[in-house]
Amino acid sequence: MNNPVLNVKAVCKDFGGVRALDEAELSVNDKEIVALIGPNGAGKTTFFNCITGIYTPTSGDVLIDPAAKGQAVRINGKKPNVVTELGMARTFQNIRLFPSMTALENVMIGTHCRTKASVWGAITRNKATREEEQAVIKRSYELLQLVGLDEFVNELAENIPYGKQRRLEIARALATDPFLLLLDEPAAGMNPQETKELEALICQIRDQFGISIMLIEHDMKMVMSMSDRIYVLDYGRMIATGTPQEIADNPAVIKAYLGEDDDA
Amino acid sequence: MSNLTQETSQQSFISFFLTAGCDSVAHAVKKSFIVAIWFVFLTFPIMVIQVNTIEKTVVWHWNKIGYVAIAVFFGSFLWRWLLARKELKKDESTEETRIEGLLTRIQSHPLLKLASLGVLALAAILYPQVFDLYQTNIMVSCLVYIVLGLGLNIVVGLAGLLDLGYVAFYAVGAYAYALSNMHWGIGFWFALPLGAVLGTLLGLLLGFPVLRLRGDYLAIVTLGFGEIIRLVLENWGDITMGPSGISNIARPGFFGMKMSIMDSTIYMYYIMIGLVIFTIFCVNRLQNSRIGRAWLALREDEIACQAMGIDKMKTKLLAFALGATWAGMAGVIFAAKTTFINPASFTFWESAMILSIVVIGGMGSIRGVIAGAVILILVPEYLRNFAEFRMLLFGAIMVLVMVFRPQGLISAKRKIYKYEASNTASAANE
Repeated sequence: MNNPVLNVKAVCKDFGGVRALDEAELSVNDKEIVALIGPNGAGKTTFFNCITGIYTPTSGDVLIDPAAKGQAVRINGKKPNVVTELGMARTFQNIRLFPSMTALENVMIGTHCRTKASVWGAITRNKATREEEQAVIKRSYELLQLVGLDEFVNELAENIPYGKQRRLEIARALATDPFLLLLDEPAAGMNPQETKELEALICQIRDQFGISIMLIEHDMKMVMSMSDRIYVLDYGRMIATGTPQEIADNPAVIKAYLGEDDDA
Repeated sequence: MSNLTQETSQQSFISFFLTAGCDSVAHAVKKSFIVAIWFVFLTFPIMVIQVNTIEKTVVWHWNKIGYVAIAVFFGSFLWRWLLARKELKKDESTEETRIEGLLTRIQSHPLLKLASLGVLALAAILYPQVFDLYQTNIMVSCLVYIVLGLGLNIVVGLAGLLDLGYVAFYAVGAYAYALSNMHWGIGFWFALPLGAVLGTLLGLLLGFPVLRLRGDYLAIVTLGFGEIIRLVLENWGDITMGPSGISNIARPGFFGMKMSIMDSTIYMYYIMIGLVIFTIFCVNRLQNSRIGRAWLALREDEIACQAMGIDKMKTKLLAFALGATWAGMAGVIFAAKTTFINPASFTFWESAMILSIVVIGGMGSIRGVIAGAVILILVPEYLRNFAEFRMLLFGAIMVLVMVFRPQGLISAKRKIYKYEASNTASAANE
């Protein structure tokens, strides 16, 4: 079996006296769609922040292996931009686009860590810079087409409809050329039709780019139909893992979501 | 019929004008009355009481109170109407103003663009020939502020780092030329790149520790650094000649020619025009480049920016250092222009002035910054006729701009948009 591209081992995160993550374990295999679910406040976004470098885990290991060949690199404590450069791109739960930049520019920002035009290149606009710029524009435009936003190319991000903004965030994350795409509640605030389209888009991205995807999501219908595996987080602890069917039947998960009957 | 609608629209306009922001005409009159009284009270000391220090008497100008009251009473109607109008047009305010629209139209038409650039160039070349020494001198200092504004625009407008100590780099450039000229006789043309390099180095040096901070905290720390530099210049007498400053700084030479003050001022003017063009060229290219986009992203959302793989520290440092580069060059020119510098030229007031140029002109907009510099530097000069009211009017202009155009005189939005439009077209054509 292939080595997992992301392997999280016993990660803990304390905020003062509160333990937000307690020995959380998780792995994502190559070209797999993994969902992370759990009740509100379970620590899902904290988990994302820990593996993308926004927080440093209190203890534990976050290992990545972009080529899935058994050469794992430990990334905890690395800065978010380094993590992105290594190939993990994320979106945010509360959309964090660059509001007064156009959609195209937002995506172009994603290519920043893969390009290298310097100040000198920018001022002289030499051949290498111009070619790089053209390539970036072309690729960004293609990514916008992929997520179905080509009509908004020159629209400011703040003027784009909410559902489309989420798609723009995905395009921007894809522009960083990741091996693992981390989506934090990509379907939040979307209607059923949009959710369905989003699901198709995510599967298409996985197939077309051959990358792994991990998502946090509350829409159970979407999670159950598209994930290969599901992890359930509750009070910072991974309480269950398995295929959608196994999770649906797991009594611990049902208990976490619906609560325990006091009389029992 | 049309006459009728015109009449009613006129009537509704008048009633809107009279009651803007109020429930009824009576309410509006009451409001204006209160405002008038308040202003009479506020301006009483400056308008009414005049102390004659020679005869040691107090002259009371009671008639002026009446003027103030009447002017404020009617002015407040106008003010409320303008505010209400702005409120009504809130949704449209994101669109271009008429001037901006005109600029865009000129820019998008190649022939018109060429023609207007030609007119501008001609005006710039002929300016010192047409106007006298005084006017040319004012224009040179205005051009210096344009360069400073464009430099600070990189830091504040593009990268969103509030820098209140920008004048420190300006001072370093000026002192670099003054001292090296005094001690080693280094000429202007060598000092110009030297000032730029020193500005950059100091920018990096100061930037490194302070850029962990952001927003208000960064502003305070940079403010402190600006003051530190000034105090060092003031107190390190052995090296900097202290508060008495350095005089007899050489004017820029032109192949060893001896020039009169008139000629050298004109020469200075052309050097400044050259530097302004060079600055516009560089800043324009920078802001539309990969680095410029990273600055914008940093300004918009720091966390998302980092999550997209942009090295926050490196990008901030770059903005800080590049901004300082222009300040260093402007400093060299300032020293060469005035031939005398002392620490009093580099107070916080200068930093505030340059920041105002950027904010009032329009953050991140090159044309905005130029417009801001022209207005903020030239207006106080030409207001000298109004002597004691000069600064009052100046302040009023600033308040008015901020109330009615908080995004600045010429906002930057469209510029980015246009740049992308032309590029996407080429991307789509491929």
